[in-house]
Amino acid sequence: METQVTGASRYDAIVIGAGHNGLIAGAYLARAGKKVVVLERRDVVGGAAVTEEIFPGYRFTEFSYVVSLLRPEIIRDLELPKHGLKILPLPSTVTPMDNGDYLATWDDHDLTRRELYRHSPRDAEAADEYSRVMARAAKAIKPVIGLVPPDPSSLSWRDLRGLLKLGQYGASLSESEIYRIAKLVTQSSADLLDEWFEFDPLKGTKSASGIIGTFLGPRSPGTAYVLLHHYMGEIDGAFRAWGFAKNGTGGVSAAIASSARALGVEIRTGAAVEKVVVRGGRATGVALANGDELHAKVVMSAADPKRSFLQFVDAQHFPDEFTQAIRDFRVRGSSGKVNIALAELPQFTCLPGEGPLHRGAISISPSIDYIERAYDEAKYGQFSKQPYIDMIIPSMIDRDMAPPGHHVMSCFVQYAPYDVEGGWDDAKREAFGETVIATVEKYAPNIRRAIVGKQVITPKDIERIAGITGGNIFHGELLLHQLFFLRPAPQWADFRTPLPGYYFGASGAHPGGGVMGAAGKLAATEILKDWGQAR
Amino acid sequence: MTDLYQLKRTPFHARTAALCLPQNWRRWAGHIAVGSYDLGLEREYWAIRNAAALIDVSPLMKYLIEGPDAARLLDKVTPRDILKLAIGQVYYTGWCDDEGKLLDDGTVTRLGEQSFRLTSAEPALRWLAMNAVGLRVRITERTDQMAALSLQGPKSRAVLNRCCDTTLDGLKFFRMAPNVLGGKPVTISRTGYTGDLGYEIWMDAADALPVWDALMAAGGDHGIAACGILAMDMARVEAGLFMLDVDYTAATHAWIPSQKSSPYEMGLGWTIALDKPGYFVGRRALEREAREGSAWKMVGLEVDWEGLERLYAAVGLPPQIPAMAVRASLPVRHDGRQVGYASTSTWSPVLKKYIALVHLQRQYCAPGTRVSLEITVEHHRRDAPGTVVSLPFYEPEWKRK
Repeated sequence: METQVTGASRYDAIVIGAGHNGLIAGAYLARAGKKVVVLERRDVVGGAAVTEEIFPGYRFTEFSYVVSLLRPEIIRDLELPKHGLKILPLPSTVTPMDNGDYLATWDDHDLTRRELYRHSPRDAEAADEYSRVMARAAKAIKPVIGLVPPDPSSLSWRDLRGLLKLGQYGASLSESEIYRIAKLVTQSSADLLDEWFEFDPLKGTKSASGIIGTFLGPRSPGTAYVLLHHYMGEIDGAFRAWGFAKNGTGGVSAAIASSARALGVEIRTGAAVEKVVVRGGRATGVALANGDELHAKVVMSAADPKRSFLQFVDAQHFPDEFTQAIRDFRVRGSSGKVNIALAELPQFTCLPGEGPLHRGAISISPSIDYIERAYDEAKYGQFSKQPYIDMIIPSMIDRDMAPPGHHVMSCFVQYAPYDVEGGWDDAKREAFGETVIATVEKYAPNIRRAIVGKQVITPKDIERIAGITGGNIFHGELLLHQLFFLRPAPQWADFRTPLPGYYFGASGAHPGGGVMGAAGKLAATEILKDWGQAR
Repeated sequence: MTDLYQLKRTPFHARTAALCLPQNWRRWAGHIAVGSYDLGLEREYWAIRNAAALIDVSPLMKYLIEGPDAARLLDKVTPRDILKLAIGQVYYTGWCDDEGKLLDDGTVTRLGEQSFRLTSAEPALRWLAMNAVGLRVRITERTDQMAALSLQGPKSRAVLNRCCDTTLDGLKFFRMAPNVLGGKPVTISRTGYTGDLGYEIWMDAADALPVWDALMAAGGDHGIAACGILAMDMARVEAGLFMLDVDYTAATHAWIPSQKSSPYEMGLGWTIALDKPGYFVGRRALEREAREGSAWKMVGLEVDWEGLERLYAAVGLPPQIPAMAVRASLPVRHDGRQVGYASTSTWSPVLKKYIALVHLQRQYCAPGTRVSLEITVEHHRRDAPGTVVSLPFYEPEWKRK
């Protein structure tokens, strides 16, 4: 039975979640002339891409903190620069070493070569070839990211065409490149890096990007692919490297939200969705926690897969194998974040004084063993006592992030298991924060006295605040069996779901996480395609 | 510490920096190198062609390869027959990956029975080490420890004879001999990158400044001039010599297969010793290419001066000539259809011609073939008519004498 709804409250599309993907999907739908509302549980938009003033005057890019993969076409289509988006360079990575020395990579080929040469002439040469080989492999895989993944078990024309496209693409690669890619998707990052390099801090630092957001160690098979996944940011002309968005990743969300509003999207904050309304076997709207009901022709979830399919919709609307696949989807949070307000710049003993290192990433990753040991503890339910830390000092890149003379520092920390033994509580969170400070202090002794305030975020906090089940920063680990046509579930990687009218477009969908926006854009594209066919 | 954020300086920096009044610095293999010591290039160019030009070539990568299997290693990694290389002899060679595509080019000098020096444009340590597995050989990089000067021009021998203990009169083309210059031990090879009479002087980095001073003092009466790499760039095009990353891309740096080049395509067929015994890297691919022919080749192109004049006259201008070698890729056409491209083009002051190193499909490579080079005349693209010629464009008779 159709309920009576007034024209004013009837939408073409409801998007659940005003993270960057939800906002992007909303903006694209509005751009196509649809009447869209984006619903956000919190009072701020951005999801895990938020900047908040936790201590007065100090602005933390709370969860996600760097941008590399944000699709250039999204930036152009949504005119994000007009809405304030600026992605500033993050030109270097410095790895302090235990012997007081350091390893640096700069944004200049000659300088980096000179620096690597200091530690290992062979690695200095290998680095060139390695980056070329990885970039070529990333280039080979990158077009795949922009495609709706074909399902090889399906025989629809669209899927066949997609497969054919991939096949043609594969045929354009040389045999050695295909072997290389086959190896890359099966190897561990440690094995891959051992083939190329000999200098431990270099291998440790490079291996780190293979474990980010996964519950794996550098010696776990499959991590080489994650490494490649992160490499993609380096091959786009406009985004050769990781960047830091003006005002943090909240600045990215704000720009997208502003663009979306300009396109006519209604964004409602403080609007938590309780259930997707299903009538006549179709998603027809949502019921909010406050009892309101909104109706639309389609509903798209930009929440994580567990929430989208196990919480918002009753299991009766899905085939068992779909529900099972979502249950099996691995969303183990493995990383935390410590955001620190500082009265002075951290002084690193390896490079005293203020220098270029403060404008780039500082990585605590002295060796693969160090990271693997950090993983060992996490495997058995402990947070790492000597964790991998990726630090940036946003206030050195964007002075508006902290009061004059003061700074903010963002520490991404791995491993911090969601299922820590005994569960996370305030004492454990405090201990985790202390471990991070103590680790940083070894390399920057003035850090402790400089602290004005700190915010410690565990995977449990990511779940609680950003609403990501399991607290995994990618809404689901970047494991090979959770990618392409398997993300989030076999046969349902095309942003559609077994429930007609219900779509899914967030980091838990193809092509995965990071502040890239591809899932939101692709989902909107598929929704519009179906719209065209329905007419 | 600020050192970390800067390019390297060569052992001659104290001298070159003092002379580099226009502050025209360029980047060369991680070093800063003088582009030119004058605001224009003419004086330095004519020092190469008419007197003696002193060029700091220290950024060249240098490797010492020693041991019982040193010759075997070099024989494996280069297409030349290294076993025939005599002590005191120098080979110019390219080297390839196993698909027969060029990785780099440089010189191999036999210093002794079991001792060689390899120069290259790009680092080669890892590549050498990978090929040296199982061989009794020691590879040492000497780039920073060894300084190098190139003294080029018809008066270069006379200058060296004034400051060296041993006369250079007996040193033949592509031969090397130890010597003492200004009291410092050096090795001198009769090699260069200008196509003129010329020598390269190799020395310990600690001896760099005294050697420079001795040469400048000895060369005063012969018109010696410190010369930057931009004038050398014009001279090397006249000599038909190509440059990595400008005229070809190293196979390991190529993004797509078509960016790679074979030594045959680059005109180095004469360096490939297919008659030598055994395997060398790239052998099978090079044999196939020798059999089947190359798809294209690098040759010379001379632009018709009258044709160029006509194009400019049409807009009321005399021909405009770039002041230095142009490294932009320019289309080359035949009957209006593109058949190749120029990788470097330059005005040749000695020939009074506009010349280019061009890469052409093989049916257009024969000398005398009429083609055209795209140029921009007052913001409009025009095809300047020209003729294919064989390389080099310029080779004075005293170069090999």
